[in-house]
Amino acid sequence: MYKYDEIDQTNIDERVAQYRDQVRRYLAGELTEDEFRPLRLRNGLYIQRHAPMFRIAVPYGLLASRQLRKLGDIAKRYDRGYGHFTTRHNMQMNWPKLEDTPDMLAELATVQMHCIQTSGNDVRNISTDQFAGIAPDEVVDPRPVAEIIRQWSTFHPEFTYLPRKFKIAVSGTKTDRAVVQVHDIGLEFYKDDEGKTAIRVWVGGGLGRTPILGQVVREHLEWQHILTYCEAIIRIYNMYGRRDNSFKARIKILVKALGIDEFRRQVEEEWAHLKDSPNTITQAEFDRVAKYFDPKPYETLPAHDASFDSAVASNPAFANWVKRCIHPHRVPGYRAVTLSLKPHGKPTGDITSEQMYAVADMADKYSFGELRVSHEQNLVLADVKLSDLFALWQEARKHGVATPNIGLLTDIICCPGGDFCSLANAKSIPIAEAIQMQFDNLDYLHDIGEIDLNISGCMNACGHHHVGHIGILGVDKDGSEWYQVSIGGDQGNNTTLGTVIGPSFAAEEMPGVVQRLIEVYLRERTPEERFIDTVRRIGVAPFKEHVYSKAEERETANV
Amino acid sequence: MSNLIRNNAIVADEWTVVNLAPAAEEAVRKQAGKVVLFKLTGEPAATADQIANTEIPASGKIIVPLPVWAARKDELADRLAKGELGVWLAPHEIVENLVKEAADLNQFPIIAVFHERHGDGRPYSMAFLLRTRYGFKNELRVFGDVLQDHLFFYKRCGFDSYLIRAGRSAEEALAALNIFSTPYQGSVDEDRPVWRRVNRG
Repeated sequence: MYKYDEIDQTNIDERVAQYRDQVRRYLAGELTEDEFRPLRLRNGLYIQRHAPMFRIAVPYGLLASRQLRKLGDIAKRYDRGYGHFTTRHNMQMNWPKLEDTPDMLAELATVQMHCIQTSGNDVRNISTDQFAGIAPDEVVDPRPVAEIIRQWSTFHPEFTYLPRKFKIAVSGTKTDRAVVQVHDIGLEFYKDDEGKTAIRVWVGGGLGRTPILGQVVREHLEWQHILTYCEAIIRIYNMYGRRDNSFKARIKILVKALGIDEFRRQVEEEWAHLKDSPNTITQAEFDRVAKYFDPKPYETLPAHDASFDSAVASNPAFANWVKRCIHPHRVPGYRAVTLSLKPHGKPTGDITSEQMYAVADMADKYSFGELRVSHEQNLVLADVKLSDLFALWQEARKHGVATPNIGLLTDIICCPGGDFCSLANAKSIPIAEAIQMQFDNLDYLHDIGEIDLNISGCMNACGHHHVGHIGILGVDKDGSEWYQVSIGGDQGNNTTLGTVIGPSFAAEEMPGVVQRLIEVYLRERTPEERFIDTVRRIGVAPFKEHVYSKAEERETANV
Repeated sequence: MSNLIRNNAIVADEWTVVNLAPAAEEAVRKQAGKVVLFKLTGEPAATADQIANTEIPASGKIIVPLPVWAARKDELADRLAKGELGVWLAPHEIVENLVKEAADLNQFPIIAVFHERHGDGRPYSMAFLLRTRYGFKNELRVFGDVLQDHLFFYKRCGFDSYLIRAGRSAEEALAALNIFSTPYQGSVDEDRPVWRRVNRG
């Protein structure tokens, strides 16, 4: 993974010093609340329901074991011994003291970590695919470009006070796992007709209260021009994006207002001034960054391993885990492993300091000391030998990170919700937990098969509810918490926004509602169909009918 | 004591900012029940009455609002010839409108941008455009809600003159001009990104 040189280190050290002074001035009354807010937000510090929330950047989801250990230490020393992984690779801590945050930042800097631009109206963490570099369907490793964009966007003098937050995703695979169509800018690598690497540039996607899928602003861009092209897009946005209403300030609203053709015309006109300017990426700089992402020193291994095969054959629990948590790898004899942070009945994406230490040890022992954070809020060990999988499973199980539910109903994407977040309309964690307990039967879960269930506690959509096969949104009605349900959303190459099925439900109804949606699916599905396929084939109506039917009608129907 | 930083030093301020005459009726946009202070980029900055009623001091160095310059050029020609006239833009004014009104920007010894609220990022792009696209070489000043934590960004985007908000120390702000020593990206003050300046191995 990328390692800091002196320049990178100097930048984050100077940031620690700057932030320390800003906190000092705030506490001394030299900065007003209003002046301090944008400064602390640019360093990931929110003032939340219980305490400040501190959001730590995990650039494009890549972590070294020593960094995870440091996060474990920080959580223990300054927080309550756990952290929470978000849908954008970052880690949040929910209980730090404001006065401690400069020291936390200084600690992070010792392991090349920071909180720069993890909130605020600026360019946020660049996100990508958790299987970058090892996915068999990869066209280009997106990480070097993601790192180059990270550096370019860090303390960007012109683009640190945008109308609203700005999220960039880079996808390097045929099957999009970085959800480029719901980002402000999505960069999608592909091979053009001549076999050359090209980038399709998507713009104006986003969830939130106005979910819109991105549109293609440029079909074919060469990688050298990524920074200048982003500069053109963001300058147009910075100048003309709305600033009078924060709900209408994302770039998607500007793109929609102008229309993609007019927006493209303006961007291209701006870019004509910037093309080939000094921010054009040189081959030397690309190579310098790319070498940090060279393939690991893999052993030459056979494609099969007898001990692994026999463990799968003789141990059904292990076989279940293999079925759900193991992913293909481009090198024979290796697999990627997802460690589930979704044990049933616990907040999704949460991890204790002890678990962080244990996972760091597993990464050292089995996966070259590195791991990734997935946008589904799980952890991934990307380079595990087949012959090590059984031993890894045993350790993972001991530490509660081996729930074999990846891709299944209980692998819920969920924001922190009203328990923690001051923006939320409703709680989301207890809903996720209740649904997990409702379906706490592995055979049943496996029978239901692959399904994405996403929960957001408000329309800001941090839980990406619009693109869940089942999406749940917390809404506020007359001061009480209700939940709106949509189905048919999807992410990936066929990104689709879900359809709301009808009036919202009370919290205690939610496990039953999901149960009834699943009942319709089990009744209607063809043998090879996933939940989303059935919804697409038969439409929303049968689901709606069953969910809203009276209990007695349902019983008759089920006879 | 002066609150003006020019380049890297605190200096006396020779310029007086001329404000537009107040509008006959306060134009406020209401949205979701609260008063919104922002104007969208491209909105007209002033009415004909405001422009006509704006009082221009008879002597001294003055910076006038763009709409006043545009409408009252003849009256101001002498001052410009004497090097006593600059113009200022509000965040929602379009740099191209200034360029339309003045073929050569360098006839102005100073152009200023009013940073109405520190969270508004438009002035940074305005400075970038004035310096790079339109080749403005003289003093480029920011005034208004100007705070030390923004100076580094102003400087990088091409401002070289900063009127620190009243009540804040310009002395303290000076240090903030160089808070980061090795910025990554190219901008106005240094157009080469770090990898073109330094051999990173």
